[in-house]
Amino acid sequence: MGSAGGSSSELRIISARRSIPEHLREIWEFRELLGGLIRKELKVRYKNSVLGFAWSMAQPAFLLAVYTFVFSVLGQGFQRFSIWLLCGLIVWTLVSTTLVTAVQAITVNANLVGKVPFPRAVLPLSTFGSAFVHFLLQFATFMAIVAIARHPIDWAYVWMLPLAVLALSLLLAALALMLSVVNVYARDTQHLLELALIAMFWANPIIYEYQRAATWFSQHSLPTWLPLLNPFTAIVTTFQRAIYGASSVGDRQLLPDVGQWWYLRNIGIIGAVSLGLLALALWYFDRAESNLAEIL
Amino acid sequence: MEAIVAEGISKVFKLHVNPSQSMKERLVRLGRSQTREFIALQHMDLTVQSGETLGILGHNGSGKSTLLKCISGILKPTTGQIRLRGRIASLLELGAGFHPELTGRENVYINAAFLGISRQEIERRFDAIVDFAELDQFIDEPVKHYSSGMYVRLGFAVAINLDPDILLVDEVLAVGDEVFQMKCLDRVRQFQQEGRTILVVTHAADVVRQVCNRAIVLHHGEKVADGKPGDAIRIFREHLHGSLSDTAPADEGPLRITAVEVAGTRGGPQPGIESGDPLTVTVNFTADEPIEQPTVALSVVSPEGQTMYAADFDLGKTALPPGNHSVSVQFTEVPLLDGRYTLNSRVFDRLHTDSAATRAGRDQFTVLNPGIAHGVVSLRVGDVRILPAHDAPADIPPQASHPTDPKGI
Repeated sequence: MGSAGGSSSELRIISARRSIPEHLREIWEFRELLGGLIRKELKVRYKNSVLGFAWSMAQPAFLLAVYTFVFSVLGQGFQRFSIWLLCGLIVWTLVSTTLVTAVQAITVNANLVGKVPFPRAVLPLSTFGSAFVHFLLQFATFMAIVAIARHPIDWAYVWMLPLAVLALSLLLAALALMLSVVNVYARDTQHLLELALIAMFWANPIIYEYQRAATWFSQHSLPTWLPLLNPFTAIVTTFQRAIYGASSVGDRQLLPDVGQWWYLRNIGIIGAVSLGLLALALWYFDRAESNLAEIL
Repeated sequence: MEAIVAEGISKVFKLHVNPSQSMKERLVRLGRSQTREFIALQHMDLTVQSGETLGILGHNGSGKSTLLKCISGILKPTTGQIRLRGRIASLLELGAGFHPELTGRENVYINAAFLGISRQEIERRFDAIVDFAELDQFIDEPVKHYSSGMYVRLGFAVAINLDPDILLVDEVLAVGDEVFQMKCLDRVRQFQQEGRTILVVTHAADVVRQVCNRAIVLHHGEKVADGKPGDAIRIFREHLHGSLSDTAPADEGPLRITAVEVAGTRGGPQPGIESGDPLTVTVNFTADEPIEQPTVALSVVSPEGQTMYAADFDLGKTALPPGNHSVSVQFTEVPLLDGRYTLNSRVFDRLHTDSAATRAGRDQFTVLNPGIAHGVVSLRVGDVRILPAHDAPADIPPQASHPTDPKGI
């Protein structure tokens, strides 16, 4: 009997465990599926809407308009507060959208997981992917508005943004993988996450300034690095420093009056920790993956 | 060359005794929920050569679907290893990845991506897929508007047109209308001719006989047979029937059937014959009162519940005295094909039909067909030959061939 085609020489092994590089290689082989699922998610979301993708872009513009109006009435006390706010909100939208969709990535696809063989990690990663596409669209709109408003961004910090986004992506990928699996075993996770996200939102210096938190901590003789334990703080502050473009407004200190190294160090630590976390997540995911089809 | 090598694979399922997924109860039990283990596959070795068509037989719960899911990668074995050579496509669940809001075209791309196939390659095969599914006019419609038949056709078309080296089939050959089924079966045959490897999971012995050249039988997660389809089918039947026990209560009344003996030509736990063999049925009964016009009725029922044969046998006008009696009926030829048939018997008095003894569903016999035919009944075959072509001069003598197996074809 002859063999069928050139692909017949490749040998695949299915066993209970595989190493992290093997796992990554397998996910890489299914990158087209990852792309396809992201496209599918975006397509389905805007299937019957006239504006389609424009909705993603309309959101930050609308938020900017609303906040600008609200805070000009309320008089929050610092100039262009709405731009400051958007810096944090855009990052936070990426975080919360990713986690909220990722936690259910496997449970809502129970049908697929039980019937079709493919690396399950693709499911939570695709939720991050589609949230990331939204993030890029929103970020582009935001930057366009910032440019039109002739708001001075600080180019000395803008180059750090890709690094910050990279570190954040590693972190979100790791969290997405873990949450999606944990939720299979304990469905309470998705409800717990909703609460955690509300707390996490306020644990980030989005509405308030980082410096205010740091000052409060030092007044209570607590170490000032404590707020930095929240991994998203490093990302949010970098965005604020680069796009808001200043560490103080008037005589009000918003961010620590330090140089680039502080931001780079923070991003570096988050990146390194996230990389370790991602390895752990892949290892954990692999262990759990062999049982997913049975539990669902 | 081996296409599939499974070495010592086991699959243990943890069944939650109390299947609650709530964190509250977990906290109470400190994270450990009570589990019970269920062994679906026990240390199985299986090697499939490329080009083989392997049938996997087994009753429900024998582990056959678990085995196929392990090979396809949906489940991972608890221990052991499976090595696969080449691309694998499974017809386990057709169209499982379809999204109702997306069009047929978009779903084809996603479905293929689930099989790990690049966009480029799908583009190359797209027309063949649509053609096979017979959906040219509907391919740009959202699949939520599709009928279930169209859905399955598209799923099948994707799986089978993506040039797999190994094809896994799980009972799905029974989907779609008859015309499409024929088309699918044709495609499977074409695959065989191209030397691809096919695994068919089924409990329909007919399918195994039709398409497979090797079969294994699983029983409680173990491989109990591995060989020619005919032998595997026989072992499958024996195991299946061994697991059934008959506990129907005996009749109480003036007339009772005490035992029915079915004497076939083959030994084993179940009386059996080969197609076309004779079969003798002996009905033993006890009468408390004399029977004026004794009659024995026998019927043979197929596994599907269809009566294949039924007749009353009058035993003459001589009355039988009270006591134990035996009546034997000899069938000189049973032209049934493969299957386990149920024999129902009844003894009664023509003049007093109210006092009848019935025994139903308790006696069985199996028919094994050593030939190549499938269906219900064996037809006798005479000559099979090529006739001279109509437009050619008839100076070439027609070549005749005789069937090597007169009772099979």
